[in-house]
Amino acid sequence: MAVSSPSSTTVPAARTSRPQRKGKSLTGWAYAAPTALFVGLFFLVPTLLVLQMSVSDWGLFTGNRGLNAPENFTAAVQAPLFWPAVRFTLLYTVITTVILLALALGLAMLVQESTRWSAVLRTSFLLPSALGLASASLLFYALYSPQASPLPGLLSLVGIDIGRISFLGTPGAALTSTVVLIVWRFAGFYMLLLLVGLQGIPGEVYEAARMDGAKPLQIFRLITVPLLRSSLALCTILCVTGSLLAFDQFYILTKGGPDNSTVTIVQLVYNAAFQGQNDLGRAAALSIIVLAALVVLNVLQFRGLRGKEN
Amino acid sequence: MRGTKRGPLRGTLAAVAAATLVVGLAACGSGSGGAGGGDQTASISGPSGSDDGADLTLWTRAPLELQAKALVEAYNASHENHVELTVVPNDDYVTKVGAAAGSGGLPDLFAADIVYTPNWTSQGLFKDITSNIDQLPSAGSINEGHLKAGTYEGKEYVLPFVEDLSVMMWNKELYREAGLDPDKGPTTLAEFKEQAEAVQKLGKPDTYGTYFGGNCGGCTVFTWFPMIWASGQDVLNDDGTQSLLNSDTAKQVYSTWHDLQAAGAIAPGSRDETGATWTGAFQKGQIGVMPYPATLLSTVSKTVDVGVAPIPGVEGGGSTFVGGDGIGISKDSEKADQAWNFLSWLMSDDAQVGVLAANGTTPSRTDLAQNKYTADDPRQATINEIAGAADSKTPFAPNFQTAFNATGSPWITLVRDQVYSDDPGDLDAQNEAITAALAD
Repeated sequence: MAVSSPSSTTVPAARTSRPQRKGKSLTGWAYAAPTALFVGLFFLVPTLLVLQMSVSDWGLFTGNRGLNAPENFTAAVQAPLFWPAVRFTLLYTVITTVILLALALGLAMLVQESTRWSAVLRTSFLLPSALGLASASLLFYALYSPQASPLPGLLSLVGIDIGRISFLGTPGAALTSTVVLIVWRFAGFYMLLLLVGLQGIPGEVYEAARMDGAKPLQIFRLITVPLLRSSLALCTILCVTGSLLAFDQFYILTKGGPDNSTVTIVQLVYNAAFQGQNDLGRAAALSIIVLAALVVLNVLQFRGLRGKEN
Repeated sequence: MRGTKRGPLRGTLAAVAAATLVVGLAACGSGSGGAGGGDQTASISGPSGSDDGADLTLWTRAPLELQAKALVEAYNASHENHVELTVVPNDDYVTKVGAAAGSGGLPDLFAADIVYTPNWTSQGLFKDITSNIDQLPSAGSINEGHLKAGTYEGKEYVLPFVEDLSVMMWNKELYREAGLDPDKGPTTLAEFKEQAEAVQKLGKPDTYGTYFGGNCGGCTVFTWFPMIWASGQDVLNDDGTQSLLNSDTAKQVYSTWHDLQAAGAIAPGSRDETGATWTGAFQKGQIGVMPYPATLLSTVSKTVDVGVAPIPGVEGGGSTFVGGDGIGISKDSEKADQAWNFLSWLMSDDAQVGVLAANGTTPSRTDLAQNKYTADDPRQATINEIAGAADSKTPFAPNFQTAFNATGSPWITLVRDQVYSDDPGDLDAQNEAITAALAD
């Protein structure tokens, strides 16, 4: 192929001969194959199987005993704990998302400037993220235990008497205590994502704003937040998705209690599959409902993001 | 077995399926498991099977690790067969068994929490070993509750593996300080309440009258049912489909705990206790008296001077919840002869006394309640005798887990309403909710 002008280099594929194109195409497929295989084997096929499960009478020990649609879905929705679990999961999602994002942004701005202490602070904030969620939940279980907790003793050393607080004993306390755990565990992680976004904002923009006499709050509202939109959107999607799928922390800290006040939708899936009911069909139906809700929510979030960008 | 045979790949994919959709939830196999027990009889030659050097696999859950390891080591040391033990975390056990049952991958032998056994035998997970059990020389003295739990449609599938009993334990040191007789535990529910309140009145920091798993279905059935049985009342009908937990006797059990709560004699941790730490406070010497697992006697004795008695009823009597695990030969085992060799040895004096009693665990045979190890510790003799008492039971219900042990079970709702609420609500309706779960 002769290269005679700059314009001809901009469309090389159009002038590639058929055998060359075929070769490139094969190379492309070869690169994509491992990922495609992985996605196919560990996402698409299982998703199809879950779909099949969700319309089948499928026991944990007994396997598929035939079609059971739409009973699995109606039974899942009519279960006494379904709507309370949906309401609680949404409430938990809103609370954690708002607190986590606000705190993570605050932390990111705190350590944005490279100072002597910023590296230490960044590491300190990020450290809890290195701990698995189940391990972190167990750690907090011990912290909240009225018998084993070192908190009252430690606080009494500095003159604070918290007495016999039941950290998990009432619905409000259980929710608050779990949110504290999640904020502790994830704030550093979201801080890191937002920090990357913050550092992508050119310093000149801030300088120009300052020269124009903008006040810190105005700079935050009119420059930082708009230019950080992509990072904030990513954090929101991750946070909302993670919160809607909450399970470990409640399973370990509260077992859905007290009085079923902290049962999440994923705990219902677990209960249906492995807690006595042993009904994989109903569990799969619930999973499909959760999946559908997540897909709709994520599509809406992406659309909102794109709309604003446009 | 009924059901359609499917390949292992299908089972694997099905397992991946649920895990893919919902974070970290392990899934399960597909369909080679057969619904309905009783259609697979183990073909075993001779009363003690074969000891021909075969390799056997055995699964148990983590709480029984100590006893299971001791049993397996003793068996392997004295037999040609070799048993390989796999200890599975408690919370993962049902999942693992379910996945294996679906894909035809169960081990040769596996244990099951005795209250779940009726469900698992009805699902056909074990081989029928009725005739083999009948031929055992000790057949007449094996714990009846465990045998009944392992019987489905007249056929026997399970033998006792390790028994776990609940007994009343008290802290003798705290009893002395409270002016109570340290050698006399409660003999009625009223005495239990009085003694717990007496310890509470000491006003010692971090010390309370009693404790219970206030958000733990398994803990409360284990410790409260014996109070009802000791009073001559039952908790379920014979086939485990109807709850009887609204009786006058049951009401007195609930009101005892409600009054203790109102008096501030229950440690505050009880209210949100999910079961993970329910034995901890007593072991630290912070609790006066509480129903407690007998298997922890040797452990708790290291830190507390402990007294042991049967769990009393309203007017006296004594009972225990004969919990623990049953064990059977899996539907998938191709070495039933050799697996039975292990089970028949398990019922022998060598295993029951030489291993279990030697490790402070109650033998599963009533004729061995008194043995050479009980002479050292009369408390262990008391525990062993309670196991064989007429009012000591293992509850039988195919849907036991859903009704009682599962998170958010109707039983836990009943318990919390009755203990913590000033207006405990309609007990008949709460009881009806349990019946509905049993029949589900």
